[in-house]
Amino acid sequence: MSIGHTLLGLLESGPRHGYDLKRAFDEKFGHDRPLHYGQVYSTMSRLLKNGLVEVDGVESGGGPERKRYAITEAGITDVGAWLAQPEKPEPYLQSTLYTKVVLALLTGRSAEALLDTQRTEHLRLMRILTDRKRKGDLADQLICDHALFHLEADLRWLELTAARLDRLAAEVGA
Amino acid sequence: MIPAGSLLSADGLHKAYGRTPALDGASFSIHPGEVVAVMGPSGSGKSTLLHCLAGIVTPDRGTITYAGRELSAMSDAERSALRRSEFGFVFQFGQLVPELTCVENIALPIRLNGTKRKDAERTARHWLERLEVEDVGAKRPGEVSGGQGQRVAVARALAASPKVIFADEPTGALDSLNGERVMELLTEAARSANVAVVLVTHEARVAAYSDRDVTVRDGRTRDLEHTA
Repeated sequence: MSIGHTLLGLLESGPRHGYDLKRAFDEKFGHDRPLHYGQVYSTMSRLLKNGLVEVDGVESGGGPERKRYAITEAGITDVGAWLAQPEKPEPYLQSTLYTKVVLALLTGRSAEALLDTQRTEHLRLMRILTDRKRKGDLADQLICDHALFHLEADLRWLELTAARLDRLAAEVGA
Repeated sequence: MIPAGSLLSADGLHKAYGRTPALDGASFSIHPGEVVAVMGPSGSGKSTLLHCLAGIVTPDRGTITYAGRELSAMSDAERSALRRSEFGFVFQFGQLVPELTCVENIALPIRLNGTKRKDAERTARHWLERLEVEDVGAKRPGEVSGGQGQRVAVARALAASPKVIFADEPTGALDSLNGERVMELLTEAARSANVAVVLVTHEARVAAYSDRDVTVRDGRTRDLEHTA
């Protein structure tokens, strides 16, 4: 996920302080990984330098100065372009799992056990997501569904690979 | 050995159809209120395992124990009575009686246990409501959608207050949205009534509604969470 584009998008509804941006980001997108303040301020500095945001005002209360950021026309165009651009589908053949399976075969370890362990871990996470989905609102459901469909695809790959281990072992010369 | 606290367990099950082995030393156990997914590729033996556990198919070897009683020691009549009074079934295609209305379908197993028609139909309507299909009560299975029919089948399985529900690919004929809702309703209702669910599925998203899973491969079972 592009944090810069996401923060820019959040600014489209109106100017915000860095802290507000972090809170909005965490609430909407940061379920498992909330942003660090440092990430917010370094991202805003970069966006400022690139002319995608501008400082709308500075408050100086008792503490440090608080900048309020506003999105620029260039920023709005940038968000639009990002949203219009499809994400590159992740190539799977070079994945860590594939590498591990081949390495297990090459080193005489049990690739089947490796796949079984991974399968159990995938299902464990799927149970957690299913439970969260069941208890959550529509936003939670949609976010969890996305993760669940990806995990399901991984699981299918794990099962198919388990069924083809003998052929794979022969082909990699194990 | 029977795992402590288990309601239904099986050990060393063997079953062959002709010369083709379907089960080759399979084991299983489930506690009251637990949802266990039985997974595995097509032809791995998972449906045979379910049929053996439910007393529909007799294994060639091995033991199945339900509430302290061995199924093999029971007569056919006793096993039939057990299926009627203690077990509920949900299959891929609802298998509702086409001539009966949905309420009558749900009331049928309750009436077979000796309950009067009026009381059985009151219970049936309660379960139709629980499964969010109260408006199809007077319709026949041919007049309702696949998702509604499957909810009626789940209601029928739960209405007779079983101790174990056997669900064989219960969402196999449904789209994602309907399938997930059926799973939510089935597992919620079963857990709240302390009913065990043996859930045969090849879909990971369906299995994710379970408490744990057992994988069947080439007629043998693996229970990684228990062996870990």
